[in-house]
Amino acid sequence: MIAFWVLAAVLIASAVWTIVAKKPVYSVVALLLNFATLAVLYVTLSAEFLAVIQIIVYSGAILVLFVFVIALLGSGVAPFPTGPNRLPKIWLPAGFFTLAAFGFLIYAVSNVKMAAAPATGAVGNAGVFGSVADFGKALFTVQLLPFEATGLVLMVAVIGVITLGGEQMSDAEAQQSRMRADRAVREAILREGKG
Amino acid sequence: MSVPINDYVSLASVIFFIGVIGVIVRRNPLIMLMSVELMFNAANLLLIAYARLWLHNVGHIFAFIVITVAAAEAAIGLAIVVTTFRPEKYVDVDDIRRLHG
Repeated sequence: MIAFWVLAAVLIASAVWTIVAKKPVYSVVALLLNFATLAVLYVTLSAEFLAVIQIIVYSGAILVLFVFVIALLGSGVAPFPTGPNRLPKIWLPAGFFTLAAFGFLIYAVSNVKMAAAPATGAVGNAGVFGSVADFGKALFTVQLLPFEATGLVLMVAVIGVITLGGEQMSDAEAQQSRMRADRAVREAILREGKG
Repeated sequence: MSVPINDYVSLASVIFFIGVIGVIVRRNPLIMLMSVELMFNAANLLLIAYARLWLHNVGHIFAFIVITVAAAEAAIGLAIVVTTFRPEKYVDVDDIRRLHG
């Protein structure tokens, strides 16, 4: 109970830090804190495998990708404006409607009677709810089709990234630069032979 | 499950709305992508909390798919950012003459 509120406070604080940080690097650090805290929360919800996946995929792959892009674009200071300067004219109605939707959601959540939870089982042993064995058995038997669809999604993403990043150079340009590299190598070899 | 499910829904909606505000307010495309990740995580938290409530692991499978989609979205979004804001047009080091003397 206390753990939940501590984790919730850390989650909200790091989420706010993510969106108010001046530089994207600070946002990445805040988001890392957010993801790690969320992984701890998943463990308390007895979703062990997803906690591990959270650390490996989010903190290990996605955030490192963000850091890599920030490093590639020079820490993000140059090409982007920083600071909250979007929506200069309509920030008042936009903020009003966002807060109204949020308030309505909180009101609905606090008033709706949720379904009662079934009796809780043992947590943390192999073969029970949320363990790696439980998750893996479901993933490879009953839920095999969604798992294959996941693979399709990843393949589409890879093809999309290659299409976006691969068409920088036309065929003629590529051949030119290849010939230039060949000539440079030949000249270097000749120079070596002379010297 | 000692914490009532309403608290998880409230926490997830708070995080989701922080992500919404980040996408609306910030102009930096990287921080906007990170705000989208925040929203994905709020949805995941809700899926896992309900999976725990009903002791049914289909919510875990769905959260797994959401994580995969988030990874694909981050890869494509960052590829778009890089192709849009690429500082150097040339990827061939032989073509770079800046340090040529």
